[in-house]
Amino acid sequence: MEIKMKKKNSIMRSIAAAPHIFWAILFIVLPLIIVLYYAFTDSEGSFSFENIVSLGDYAPIFTLSVELSVIATFVCLIIGYPLAYIIAKAKPEKQRLYVMLLMLPMWTNLLIRTYSIMAILDDGGFLNTLLGTTMHIVGTKGAVIFGMVYDFLPYMVLPIYTCVSKIDKHMWEAASDLGCKPIQVMTRVILPLSMSGIISGVTMVLVPSISTFYISQKLGGGTFELIGDTIERQFVTGALNTGAAISLVMMVLIIISLTIMNRFSDEEGGIIV
Amino acid sequence: MKIASKIYLFLIFGILYIPILTLIFFSFNSSNSTAVFTGFSFRWYVELFNSPETFVALRNTLILAVLSALISTVIGTAAAEGIYRMRSKLLQTAINSVTNIPMMNPDIVTGMSMMLFFVALAGILGITYEDMGFTAMLISHVTFCLPYVILSVLPRINELGDSLSEAALDLGCTPLQAFFKVKLPNIMPGVLSGMVMAFTMSLDDFVISYFVGSSNFQTLPLLIYSMTKKKVTPDMYALSTLIVIVIFVMLLISNFKSGKKVEKKRKAGGVK
Amino acid sequence: MTKKLVLAIFLLAVLTFSLFSCDDNSDGGPAVSGNVVTLNVYNWGEYISDGFEGSLDTNAAFEEYFNTHLASKYGYSIKVNYTTYATNEDMYFKLASEAGNYDVIIPSDYMIEKMINEGMLAELDYSIITNFEYIDDGFKGDAAYYDPDNKHSVPYTYGMLGVIYNTALVDEEDYLEESWGLLWNPKYRGKILQFNNPRDAFGSAMYYMNMDINSTDPAVWDSALAKLVQQKEYLQGYVNDEIFNKMTTASAAIAPYFAGDFLTMAYQNEDLAFYYPIEGTNYFVDAMCIPKNSRNKDAANEYINFMLSEEVAVANALYIGYASPNTLVLDNEEYSEGMAELHDDWWDILYGKTPAEANEEYDYSPGYKSFSPEIQAHVNALWESLKTENATEPWVHITSITIIVAVIALAVYTVYIRKKRSRHYRLRDRENALKKIGK
Repeated sequence: MEIKMKKKNSIMRSIAAAPHIFWAILFIVLPLIIVLYYAFTDSEGSFSFENIVSLGDYAPIFTLSVELSVIATFVCLIIGYPLAYIIAKAKPEKQRLYVMLLMLPMWTNLLIRTYSIMAILDDGGFLNTLLGTTMHIVGTKGAVIFGMVYDFLPYMVLPIYTCVSKIDKHMWEAASDLGCKPIQVMTRVILPLSMSGIISGVTMVLVPSISTFYISQKLGGGTFELIGDTIERQFVTGALNTGAAISLVMMVLIIISLTIMNRFSDEEGGIIV
Repeated sequence: MKIASKIYLFLIFGILYIPILTLIFFSFNSSNSTAVFTGFSFRWYVELFNSPETFVALRNTLILAVLSALISTVIGTAAAEGIYRMRSKLLQTAINSVTNIPMMNPDIVTGMSMMLFFVALAGILGITYEDMGFTAMLISHVTFCLPYVILSVLPRINELGDSLSEAALDLGCTPLQAFFKVKLPNIMPGVLSGMVMAFTMSLDDFVISYFVGSSNFQTLPLLIYSMTKKKVTPDMYALSTLIVIVIFVMLLISNFKSGKKVEKKRKAGGVK
Repeated sequence: MTKKLVLAIFLLAVLTFSLFSCDDNSDGGPAVSGNVVTLNVYNWGEYISDGFEGSLDTNAAFEEYFNTHLASKYGYSIKVNYTTYATNEDMYFKLASEAGNYDVIIPSDYMIEKMINEGMLAELDYSIITNFEYIDDGFKGDAAYYDPDNKHSVPYTYGMLGVIYNTALVDEEDYLEESWGLLWNPKYRGKILQFNNPRDAFGSAMYYMNMDINSTDPAVWDSALAKLVQQKEYLQGYVNDEIFNKMTTASAAIAPYFAGDFLTMAYQNEDLAFYYPIEGTNYFVDAMCIPKNSRNKDAANEYINFMLSEEVAVANALYIGYASPNTLVLDNEEYSEGMAELHDDWWDILYGKTPAEANEEYDYSPGYKSFSPEIQAHVNALWESLKTENATEPWVHITSITIIVAVIALAVYTVYIRKKRSRHYRLRDRENALKKIGK
């Protein structure tokens, strides 16, 4: 009797998810089906593999986008992990201040932030004027990576911070009592326990940096193109089908690699070294 | 160690804030350049308050961000509760994966898929796209904000477990009462941070608005992008400066206050 | 803290809502509400006088003019909803996808031609646009190469492309030639800028080599590409609006851009100078049109007519800085005084050479025409190949591959260790269990 009631209850309560499920089917699944349709039809609307086959031409652009965003994500991780760790170890009121300071730049406009970076790094910009040098930074791949790291660093730090701040303080003591050196505590205890934060941080940085289409145009000096730029131009010049096909392939690749990655963030946490 | 981490914090926040300071600096420029400083003036602030176009865009942006934050928080919190209650692990995983698609998908793909969808929908319903311009934009923003809300609420619900709400039910609460009176206050931090995240995402979104946006409803990022035909004028810098300064001051005040609270408690012997 | 932030968000929202509760119905909504009609105007960004520092607020002025003089005639009053775009293609994309309904748009010549061909533009009503008589004859009839007899469009601004250079950085013997060749001069490697859009970038190479910018022969485009590939190694970058900042801070020394924009740049950096290349150069017209699906064609025609009246046209010409096809503007004193403040030689730069004079050496029509889909696709492909030319650097490959390999190695190692440990624990558990039984 009691079990029955509980079951009924649970179905009742699951109804809370109904609006979301409805929403997800209508506004997430259906639009993706339409992308699928466009990717496999030509401009007259008849079925064709043409778009997918012709994607070989975009391989160099695609490779470059993936490479740059992998590097940017890695740099974000290297810079962001210690930052998240330091924030998590600070006093609670300081923690909140640091987190808000981290998010504050996101409230200004992305385009304007990018212009400001250019004003600093350009050939005749602040940095070169200040140092009296003639470094050429804007227009290089390094500048694009810097732009990605600058814009997406908060997305890396926040999830890691949330994760690290939940780790029990006594964990550290327990590990050192059991004979771990500080480095071992880090690699054997803290890092594995913050693995889920790292994975979601990596996801949240990798995805937007692969598809970014403004940063690369401005900071890259336009001398090379990333996949986001290509998709945008396809759409704007009316090549909907090609644009849809590129998007589809990009989406599938990203989702596959993220799914593989997510397998390592299961509840046991990963083990590193 | 302490000093090293202080230096590190200072360094990173320094780099993070140099472009913001540059932006503030150029908002006080006397000419319309955003790269050559010719003299100090408030003219761009005056111009900002005299520009109806900018304020319509700002208002549109805020309307959109507030509405999409609210809607996605309500739907997302309900969804998190529902997902938690689900018995079938398979169903849970399936819903979670679909939910995460807009987050795992590049913005540009979400944007164009939504656009193609609304064009098709308009055709089926026999109305013109632009009649649902605002609705289309709101729906898209809610869609890409939803995963962030669910992701920040679900862990809280998982952490909280069942015991509290079961106790409430035993004490005679209806399930709805149990949720609103007992569970919700406990998961509130997650709900609020989800809402702030959604608000922030919607506020700064350019790509999705660019694709889905109906021309008749222009947001601030779209307005700024459209200026790139000629050049982005410093009044946009002035606007960003105002936003940054307002939030920063709020931050300092609340930090100062909470600092005081701790102090008081300490004096009263409440906190060690 | 988060609570406070949420509170702040709502305060902010309430503030803006209350600030603007007075001016309703400017955000689209239904086109007709009561007796107020929304007129949707879609223009380039920063392309209209908007009340900046006491200048005329064109849209507000139109509302006032219409609502006092014409409201009784048409039986409704007007509220202008003004939005902006950055490129012709953005505008076309919004119109073609039916994402927007507009009453007045201001595309460039080739886009107007394309839209006429696709039947997207309505014919104008010249019984309303009586101020058309003030448009210079040089823009009427066949001179409107994109729209013969101005059936669908009234010119708003025009101009020509030229080369901007920094006299402090470029040697006299190089710029005195007044050739496109300056953009191909290896001496200024790393200091030259090029357009970041296919049309204008290919254009500069094609004027330089006296090739037809509207050629329908793919081979012609291929040879223009070769010229651009050759140029790429001397370039600092492909840019659009960044030209303003890069030229005024002397980050770059040479760039092609429009005469009207040069005046703005020269105001901020006196070292900058300008010429129209002797080989010929692009001539463009941006003109006002009414899309076929406009719901308020009468009011739209009235708007266009209003834009041609003296005070409005002068304010806009001063704000934008491009050449004006309106004879009322050219004779206006306020205009010449305002422009003289910007640059001493403004007249020579904007009006000194007619498009025909500037293109004496050029054998083809100097204005852009719309592409056929085949040529558009071909140019897109060439543009992509230009962008991928020398785009990869070894360090990018090496670094990213190292990272990926390291991550995979770590993952494999983790799985291995995890398996090993769990086997170890299983064995230990079994041993313990056996011991227990043994006891």
